[in-house]
Amino acid sequence: METKQPTTLRRFMPLIIFTALVVLLGIGLTLNPRMVPSPFIGKPAPAFELPLLLQQGNFSEEDFKGHVTLFNVWASWCFACRQEHEVVKYLSSNGVRIIGMNYKDESDDAKAWLVRLGNPYQAIATDLDGKVGIDWGVYGAPETFLVDQDGIIRHKVIGPLSSVENMQDLLEVSTEQGFDALSGVLKTIIKKMEK
Amino acid sequence: MNRSLSLLLSLKLGMQAGLLAGLLLLTGYSAAAPIETFKFDSPEKEKIFHKLSEELRCLVCQNQNVAESNADLAKDLRQQIYDMLSEGKTEDEIVEYMVQRYGDYVLYRPPMKPMTWLLWFGPVIGFFFGLFFVMRFMKAQSGSKQPQALSEKEIERIKNLHAEQDGK
Repeated sequence: METKQPTTLRRFMPLIIFTALVVLLGIGLTLNPRMVPSPFIGKPAPAFELPLLLQQGNFSEEDFKGHVTLFNVWASWCFACRQEHEVVKYLSSNGVRIIGMNYKDESDDAKAWLVRLGNPYQAIATDLDGKVGIDWGVYGAPETFLVDQDGIIRHKVIGPLSSVENMQDLLEVSTEQGFDALSGVLKTIIKKMEK
Repeated sequence: MNRSLSLLLSLKLGMQAGLLAGLLLLTGYSAAAPIETFKFDSPEKEKIFHKLSEELRCLVCQNQNVAESNADLAKDLRQQIYDMLSEGKTEDEIVEYMVQRYGDYVLYRPPMKPMTWLLWFGPVIGFFFGLFFVMRFMKAQSGSKQPQALSEKEIERIKNLHAEQDGK
């Protein structure tokens, strides 16, 4: 009777399959299930018109045109917004145009928060009931959209800007898009954050 | 042969148990739905509302649908579905609205397209892959049990061996 001697490859097959499975599942485990990619990338900002928090008047998607803007969704109830606030302030004081969207907040709470922590925003649109938030695909604060001078959404940061990883992703897109001024500021702050 | 039969039987039992577990998972339904009152002007709209809120994923809570979740966003999305229904929007229009904003991820039943083929067919492919190996294993097992007739060369060798031993 002839018995087939298993070749080395055959002998190690279970181990190979097992290892491949472990790697695959390992990748699955380390993915962040909260990262929902935005379908808006490369598309024009959704139309909206919201009253401003601190001034008279409204803010609409037309007001994005002409500048590269970071559109930062925040609220006074949002803990991570406080964490990223120093970074937002740094960006703002270095010439980055930052527009806020005060998301599902009480206006008085929002104003008090700004007085206490400082106001880095050039304008703040107030979305009291979160309807415009839904239109933008917002599902939590903080979120930050990078909107270009033509009002096209180029990137969405989910979570705080105080995360180096988030900032590096933002820098990558900013460099790709040729937003030199923004990229420069991002580079310096990332260096500071890494220290 | 007996052994492979029992293997087959246990495979079948296992599959049945798996199927049952799968069904339980599929129909597993949380009884504790958040309380809100929406008034619908037609039973069809109410039906669509419940269907949609069960098929749309709550994005912040993960593994809960919009109907089950108490999260603020889920509440808003329910309101949004209700408002759109009241405006006379159809089911497809509402689904499209949600997908435009939150991507396919918001759907618990992802659409069939090249990117999701693996998602849809992966389990079936995996099953046949496993079945293939089980069959091969079973075949090898039953094969090894049946002694094959000795070749002439082997008979010759045995004779020689016996002769050698007898000679000693």
